Amino acid sequence: MSKHTLSVLVENKPGVLARIAALFSRRGFNIDSLAVGPTEHPDISRMTIVVNVEDLPLEQVTKQLNKLVNVIKIVELDQSAAIQRELVLVKVRADNETRSQVVEIVQLFRAKTVDVSPDAVTIEATGSSDKLEAMLRMLEPYGIKELVQSGLVAIGRGARSITDRSLRALDRSA
Amino acid sequence: MTEHTASPRRGDHPAAPSQGTPAVVETMTGAQSLIRSLEAVGAETIFGIPGGAILPAYDPLMDSVKVRHILVRHEQGAGHAATGYAQATGKVGVCMATSGPGATNLVTPIADAYMDSVPIVAITGQVASKAIGTDAFQEADICGITMPITKHNFLVTDPAEIPRVIAEAFHIAATGRPGPVLVDIAKDALQATTVFRWPVETSLPGYRPVTKPHAKQIREAAKLLVGAKRPVLYVGGGVLKAGATAELRILAELTGAPVVTTLMALGAFPDSHPQHLGMPGMHGSVPAVTALQKSDLLFTLGARFDDRVTGKLDSFAPLAKVVHADIDPAEIGKNRPADVPIVGDAREVLADLIVAVQAEHEAGHRGDYSDWWVKLNDWKTTYPLGYEPAPEGELAPQQVIERIGQLVGSDAIYAAGVGQHQMWASQFINYEKPATWLNSGGAGTMGYAVPAAMGAKAGRPDLAVWAIDGDGCFQMTNQELVTCALNNIPIKVAVINNGSLGMVRQWQTLFYNQRYSNTVLHAGPEHDGIAKPVQGTRIPDFVLLSEAMGCVGLRCERPEDLDAVIKQAMEINDRPVVIDFIVHQDAMVWPMVAAGTSNDEILFARGIRPDFGDDLD
Repeated sequence: MSKHTLSVLVENKPGVLARIAALFSRRGFNIDSLAVGPTEHPDISRMTIVVNVEDLPLEQVTKQLNKLVNVIKIVELDQSAAIQRELVLVKVRADNETRSQVVEIVQLFRAKTVDVSPDAVTIEATGSSDKLEAMLRMLEPYGIKELVQSGLVAIGRGARSITDRSLRALDRSA
Repeated sequence: MTEHTASPRRGDHPAAPSQGTPAVVETMTGAQSLIRSLEAVGAETIFGIPGGAILPAYDPLMDSVKVRHILVRHEQGAGHAATGYAQATGKVGVCMATSGPGATNLVTPIADAYMDSVPIVAITGQVASKAIGTDAFQEADICGITMPITKHNFLVTDPAEIPRVIAEAFHIAATGRPGPVLVDIAKDALQATTVFRWPVETSLPGYRPVTKPHAKQIREAAKLLVGAKRPVLYVGGGVLKAGATAELRILAELTGAPVVTTLMALGAFPDSHPQHLGMPGMHGSVPAVTALQKSDLLFTLGARFDDRVTGKLDSFAPLAKVVHADIDPAEIGKNRPADVPIVGDAREVLADLIVAVQAEHEAGHRGDYSDWWVKLNDWKTTYPLGYEPAPEGELAPQQVIERIGQLVGSDAIYAAGVGQHQMWASQFINYEKPATWLNSGGAGTMGYAVPAAMGAKAGRPDLAVWAIDGDGCFQMTNQELVTCALNNIPIKVAVINNGSLGMVRQWQTLFYNQRYSNTVLHAGPEHDGIAKPVQGTRIPDFVLLSEAMGCVGLRCERPEDLDAVIKQAMEINDRPVVIDFIVHQDAMVWPMVAAGTSNDEILFARGIRPDFGDDLD
């Protein structure tokens, strides 16, 4: 099994997320992470889905996704040719004695302290899963009180855009 | 809008402006807009039942002269009738129901149509948009419920969207790989005043079915076909749906390759044709199953390597290369990897293949299948379809079905339920033409036959329509005979009455030590189903039941009466006719590949495995 990152352009319509999530579950595929948001075109949303599958089932799930009427386009982003980011917000125990050490870790990972209280700091960090994992490992000994993490979002490197052609298709059909 | 070149058999409904027709812009209610939209896409017949949420739509429906509404007795009947109508006519079938239980009663036929890729549009009323999500009276999230069993579905809360959604629904249902589409319309959208505009522009940026096959793949496929020693044209329902039967015959005769037609493809290639080996699969003919098994090239056209065809997948046709042509890219490589994948409409694929094969022939490359035909003909003569005669004085179910086929002929439509009678109807009736065999293949929906026959007869009143049903199936949906009797839909129903759930009983005989748990239908629980139960209790009495529903009820119990009763039924055309054929209960369907075993283990009859002599590998 290996991780694959799929960028899925979908029509911005109610129920699309449910259609996609239901398709994964009924065809027996697990979603590692999923992020949805708007794109530069108001009628198109973009989902970034990370799945952990072999190549053959990946082809099958991609084809099944493509059959959903609201799915406009699917691109698998190659790890090496794409920028992949996750966002984490984490509340770490920190008192007068440990705060400076925690802040030092924050700086090492080029993260940000976004909230401070007498016995905790809240940290915002973005990066690849590896980097965030490393940072969290460093913070763990101080006591993680609460953690929330986004799904992965990804974009291909270089000047090419995966939305260009889809937008033209959308314009033609409108 | 992308151009979709669908063949006429797919029933393309023009949503785009047609030249010369002036555009219509009129103010009316959402309900009127719905009926006008249905008229505009060419819907002629709707099967349905009104109720609270869909009620506004039924008012303008009363005034429509273009749309005939047939009031069924159960929404499941409406759904299967729409399916039968679509399968018999090639047009989109339409059913209508109210919210909540009305809509959920459509779930089975929608799932059935999804599995068999039948183009139907289901229109359901939904509670008023403000009440959605509040557990209102007769509310059900039918879009959520049918999401995995529809090709697509729509929830409409804005009446202005009705014409566009109806146009899109019919377009999606009929094009590409056909399938069911559900349109759920909130009651307030039906009641509100809106503007009906026609023609409408559809907006489906994510829906672009590929129909034109890739030229390189076609050349590759033709090369494999003329180079093969033991090819088989493995033909599925896609060939019927594409209206490609004429092209199939040309390719078959051009190459001389043998043909097998799956359960969904019966009638795609004449059963009487010398190149036809029969049906493959669990209850397929020995030559068809064995030809696939020993083949070196599966030339697959509009079929999907269903488990009932392949048996144990990893031992299926182990020596064969695979050409797989299908309109649905997701089917290619799903179960069996393809050496030459071809995405396209079967008619366009076949048309291009004919040209490519001719080019190969002109270049001096012609397939030599003579050794192959020696084997095939040997299997055909040694292992023909047949059946054991019934005990003296009793009717064999196979004989009943065979005689119906012989007397009624191939210019008729046959609709089967699910079970033993379905398999016998596939085996012992000759199908010579497309759209003459309707059945529930993928879903295996018991109760399909009567309503599907009703839908078929409504769409093709010129043809005799026979439902071949079992007594188990018949008791699930026979109430639609009332609909038939009241709406001048004179179908014939042959109830193959063995007093039991025959196919399940067959499995109990073979795999559960003859312990007939809950498969005896006409006797109470104290009955073990072994001793003389055929005469049974006659509960229900199908003759009386049929008469009560406005049909002619006949009964046949003795072989000597068989022909006379069938002929009597054929002469009655002003009412539906039901014949209760009392058949012996221990008949079994052969050949058989037991579930989960290899097709190599096919049994010609109980305990008899064919002798294939020397292995070709």
